[in-house]
Amino acid sequence: MMPGSALRKPLPGRTRRAGSTVPVWMFVPAVVGGLFVLLPLVSVLVRVPWSHVGALLTSESSRAALWLSLKTALASTVLCVVFGVPMALVLARSNVRGLRVLRSFVLLPLVLPPVVGGIALLYTFGRQGLLGSTLDVLGLQIAFTTTAVVLAQTFVALPFLVLSLEGTLRATGQRYEAVAATLGARPTTVLWRVTLPLVLPGVLSGAVLSFARALGEFGATLTFAGSLQGVTRTLPLEIYLQREIDPDAAVALSLLLVAAAVVIVVVVRGRAAQGSL
Amino acid sequence: MRRLAALLFGAALVAGCGGSTANGSNGGSSTEGSGTLTVFAAASLQKTFTTLGQQFEQQHPGTKVTFSFAGSSDLATQITNGAPADVFASADQKNMTKVTDAKLAAGTPANFATNLLTIVVPPSNPAKITNFSDLAKPGAKVVLCAAQVPCGTASQKVEQLTGTTIKPVSEESSVTDVLTKVTSGEADAGLVYVTDAKGAGSAVQAIDFPESAKAVNTYPAVVLTASKQPQLARQFEDYITGPQGQQVLHDAGFGAP
Repeated sequence: MMPGSALRKPLPGRTRRAGSTVPVWMFVPAVVGGLFVLLPLVSVLVRVPWSHVGALLTSESSRAALWLSLKTALASTVLCVVFGVPMALVLARSNVRGLRVLRSFVLLPLVLPPVVGGIALLYTFGRQGLLGSTLDVLGLQIAFTTTAVVLAQTFVALPFLVLSLEGTLRATGQRYEAVAATLGARPTTVLWRVTLPLVLPGVLSGAVLSFARALGEFGATLTFAGSLQGVTRTLPLEIYLQREIDPDAAVALSLLLVAAAVVIVVVVRGRAAQGSL
Repeated sequence: MRRLAALLFGAALVAGCGGSTANGSNGGSSTEGSGTLTVFAAASLQKTFTTLGQQFEQQHPGTKVTFSFAGSSDLATQITNGAPADVFASADQKNMTKVTDAKLAAGTPANFATNLLTIVVPPSNPAKITNFSDLAKPGAKVVLCAAQVPCGTASQKVEQLTGTTIKPVSEESSVTDVLTKVTSGEADAGLVYVTDAKGAGSAVQAIDFPESAKAVNTYPAVVLTASKQPQLARQFEDYITGPQGQQVLHDAGFGAP
C-alpha cells in the first residue's frame, strides 16, 4: 500500500505461531492484566445512556468541544510533522556533539506530568513569561486563546512523532541513501526522493500517535489555556466540567474519545504489523 | 476472543451487583475502632480543616483525623459510589443534597460556615478594576468559575441581580484555578471566595463589593451512615460548629452560618 512497504522483505519466521513457546501459567497474569485494562472501558460502555446519547452528543456545548478538539488536534499534528520530522532526521542521521543529551530533553514532555508542562508553557508564553513581553510588543497575546491550546497539545504530542519516526529511520538504515549519494544526488534530493518515501509509514503512524495525544490533552491545556466554550474548552475539559452536573453527558462524550482511541490503535497497530513501528 | 468477551461481560455484571449491595448495606457495624476519622471536605476548607483536625487530635488523644480535600461535587460522587468516609463537609447545599437524597447521611446536615465572593486582581491592578460593574469593561481579562460549579453559580447570581454581563476569557472548573490565573498575572481579575483571596496573601489584591451579599454560599457538614465510629464523627462535627471551630473559620475569613 505504502511506497515504503513494497521495498521491505517479510522477516523470516514472522508467520510462525508464538503461542507454543509461552508457558501456560503465564496466561493467568496476562489475563488479569488484560482485564484490568479492558474492564474500565467496558464499565464506561455499560454506563452510556444509549437512549439519549444522540441528544447528549449534539448539544451545543458538546458540538463546540468536539469541533474545537478536532481543529486543535489537527493543527498541532501539522506542527508536530513540520517540526518533528526534521528533529527526528537530525537525531537519527547527524552526529553533532551533545545530541544524545539534547535527545533526552526533547523527549521530556513524554514523561513529564502534563500539568507541569502547562506551568512551564505559562512561564514561557504567558503575559509574565519569558517571551511574554516580547510577544506583547508584537501584539500577540497567547493565554486564553485557541493558540494556547494548540501550543499545549503540540508540546505534549511532539515527542511521540519524534520518537516513533526516529525508530523507523534507524531501523530502515542508510543503504539506499548512500547509494543515491554515490549516484550524485544532493542531500535535499536524497531526502525527498529516498529517505522520506522510505519512512513515510513511520511519519504517518507518528502523526496518528501525536494526533491521539493532542486529542486527549487535558492537564497542560487546563493550566495554560483556560476553559471557555468554543475557544479553549476541548473535549477532555468539557467532560471534566460536565461531570459536575451531568454525568450522563460526560459518559457520552467519553464514549467519543474511547471510539477515537480504538480507531487510532487499530490504525497504528495495522501499520506496526507491516513492520513500520 | 469471544470467551474473553463473555468473561468480561460476566465480570461487569458482578461488579454492577457489588456496587448496589455496597450502597444498601451501610451502617451495619458500630464498633469503636482505632480512632481514625476520615473527613471528606471541600477544597476551600483545606487550610482551616487541617488546623481543626490537628486541634481535634490534641483534644482527643489516640484519634487520627485524615482528610480528602476536593471539589464538593467530586466528593459527593465518591460518597454515593461507596467511598468510606465518616464526615462530609460540602461547599454548597446542592452537593449535600446529593448525599442526603441517597440516604447516606446520618442525621440532618449542620451549617457551619458561609463564604462570600470577592474580586481579586493582581497587585498592580492592570485593568484598574474598582467595583463589580468594572468586570464587564471591554478589554478586561476576567476569569470566572464555570456555572456548573458552586462558585460559578454564585457569580452568575450576582451578575443577574446586578444586571451585569461579564464576558470572561475563561470559565474554570474550580475556584483555585481562577485564583492561580490571577496570581500568575495571566488574568486582570477573577471572582473567588473571600477566604481564597485571604489565603493568597499579597499575591493578589482583594476588592470587596456589596453585591456579593446577595449570593452567600453556605457550608453544611454531616456524619455519614458509612461511618464506623459515628460518635467520634459527631464529636468532630460538634467541634467545627462549636466555639473553637468557629474561631478558626472566622480567622480564615469565613462568615458565621
